[in-house]
Amino acid sequence: MATEPENLEQLVNRRYKHGFVTDIASEGLPPGLDEDVVRAISAIKQEPEFLLEWRLRAYRLWREMAEPDWAHVHYPKIDYDAISYYSAPKSDKDRPKSLDEVDPKLLETYDKLGIPLHERAKLAGVAVDAVFDSVSVATTFKKKLADAGVIFCSFSEAVREHPELVRKYLGSVVPQRDNFFAALNSAVFSDGSFVYIPKGVRCPMELSTYFRINAANTGQFERTLIVADEGSHVSYLEGCTAPMRDENQLHAAVVELVALKDAEIKYSTVQNWYPGDEEGRGGIYNFVTKRGDCRGANSKISWTQVETGSAITWKYPSCILRGDNSVGEFYSVAVANNYQQADTGTKMIHIGRNTRSTIVSKGISAGKAQNAYRGLVRVMPQAEGARNHTQCDSLLIGKECGAHTFPYMEIRNPTAKVEHEATTSKISADQLFYCRQRGIAEEDAVNMIVNGFCKEVFNELPMEFAVEAQALLNVSLEGAVG
Amino acid sequence: MLDIKDLHAAIGGNEILRGLSLAVGAGEVHAIMGPNGSGKSTLAQVIAGHEDYEVTSGSVQYEGRDLLELAPEERAREGIFLGFQYPVEIPGVNNAYLLKAAVNAKRQHEGKDEIDAFEFLKLAREKMAALGMDPKFLNRGVNEGFSGGEKKRNEILQMAMLEPKLAVLDETDSGLDIDALKAVAEGVNALRSPERAIVLVTHYQRLLDYIEPDRVHVLSEGRIVRSGDKSLALELEEKGYEWVREAANA
Repeated sequence: MATEPENLEQLVNRRYKHGFVTDIASEGLPPGLDEDVVRAISAIKQEPEFLLEWRLRAYRLWREMAEPDWAHVHYPKIDYDAISYYSAPKSDKDRPKSLDEVDPKLLETYDKLGIPLHERAKLAGVAVDAVFDSVSVATTFKKKLADAGVIFCSFSEAVREHPELVRKYLGSVVPQRDNFFAALNSAVFSDGSFVYIPKGVRCPMELSTYFRINAANTGQFERTLIVADEGSHVSYLEGCTAPMRDENQLHAAVVELVALKDAEIKYSTVQNWYPGDEEGRGGIYNFVTKRGDCRGANSKISWTQVETGSAITWKYPSCILRGDNSVGEFYSVAVANNYQQADTGTKMIHIGRNTRSTIVSKGISAGKAQNAYRGLVRVMPQAEGARNHTQCDSLLIGKECGAHTFPYMEIRNPTAKVEHEATTSKISADQLFYCRQRGIAEEDAVNMIVNGFCKEVFNELPMEFAVEAQALLNVSLEGAVG
Repeated sequence: MLDIKDLHAAIGGNEILRGLSLAVGAGEVHAIMGPNGSGKSTLAQVIAGHEDYEVTSGSVQYEGRDLLELAPEERAREGIFLGFQYPVEIPGVNNAYLLKAAVNAKRQHEGKDEIDAFEFLKLAREKMAALGMDPKFLNRGVNEGFSGGEKKRNEILQMAMLEPKLAVLDETDSGLDIDALKAVAEGVNALRSPERAIVLVTHYQRLLDYIEPDRVHVLSEGRIVRSGDKSLALELEEKGYEWVREAANA
């Protein structure tokens, strides 16, 4: 049903009687997904035609695809027709007016994480205007970036202001047909971030979604695209350590990174979505596709992630090492407590000559949680001299949790050097008693052991992020022992 | 300082201590000897508060307080130190980090400020030199890949840093060569003072050549069957544990 794009009113009236636009602007789309919904989303966002066509193609591909079932996770079947694919931005009326209206338990967690007072209100979703003037900070920030020629804006803004860049790079790393969740995201993505670093520019500051205005409420289908042009450098921080709650259970984000010749992208994530309660009720399903393309020679992409949240995490930040001498890195800490399930890892695809990759994965399981590492190292026939080192460690706390490792290797070039090391250890009762006999409380002892276990990964995080991540880990594992 | 009365303790339903009584005063060094399985290590673990051991009856007073009411970390902060027979490895946790955390836990408990980083390093290096330990040990994982002798020296280092009131050393001499044994004994002797009590749990008389005890107790089947001065240890060495068992059953 290849219809010509129509104007919004016509399109809308076909399904809904009247007042549709105002309704969705304030109330969001009713549940369900079909081509009309995709058209409606694109229309609301006033997107150019190429993007609508791109979304529709994704939708048609998605309809033919089956939800993957190979991951080591279990959850009730998702009813995709029960989900609303566009929710209106929350108006200030619906938000808490001050911190007094916020769940005290949440505030307590902020306290433990050491989040500054003035940031708490924003994180808890208190109407920002009522709290503090973030505009001045953001303006200074924007000016500095503009002076350097760096583009850092919401995805919607990029579509409006820089359609040629979006068109050139969107889907060039994660094509619509890549996988079930990526196809779904491509069809209905709500918003996200866009970054372009021009040739030879070293981004003057670490870019953080946290400081991007309107970063909140990007919805459940977030889309991020980062392009580092030749010889440029950028460090990008995603997420924050504060617990994030969301009414939407399903989250399917896509992140695409493109590093051209001699460019470097460092992407750090701290993910702390609501993991569900102690009985395993509620919690976010986080099905993310993250991939970086080292497109040019001597380029480098480095992923660092600290995953503590979500009921289910399905996530494999990957690197395609296309350029000769390009470098891919993956440093990960994944924590699963209570009934959390994590299936995470990476893929390193060696295509160029003398490409190198490093994988350091630290999985921590506690409670009744299941934590799986799944990694692929593929060396293509033309990848002369490729090297990979994989270090994959699991730490178990308690008796009812599980750790699983699924390393895959496909080596098609005899000059490749691939190493894989794996360990599984337990926090033993003896270790805890030893620490306690030295006067260290049990919880502090657990934190000490866990932080020691994760040190290699924390060292890769930007300084401030590392300190927060450490605090976050401690909070996530609270009550894991005894 | 420590007053144990008619102590009965079990692990997994097996009674190990069967009416043990022992009093240790400040400034004293006591040696607890006995054959394998007589309950020596159980006694050490019960004093430290290991939760696998169930105290079924009897009492343990420490400085006039009921010790059994305190959690292991509280006992430690109150000045009880256990030198472990098999010190556990904690990979990834820096030896200096654990040591500092332990020192600070105690200082905090005493209402003191945390130790200054320079002061800590200076102190640790001093104590290590005295024990013949390479300062590099500070930056290794706790007991990670240490030899048996290195582990035991590390225990004595921790003891020296924590300056306990009551130190219980569980077979600290086992598996040590003569140099390590001397170094450990010197470390212990350096800590002898009128305010401090030391309980040495040992299988052999050898350690007592270097650390002279005030009292020697012989443990058999969960009870102290003989007590005396250091000559008891020599007599025991000569006649063997069979002699004690016979004496106990007589």
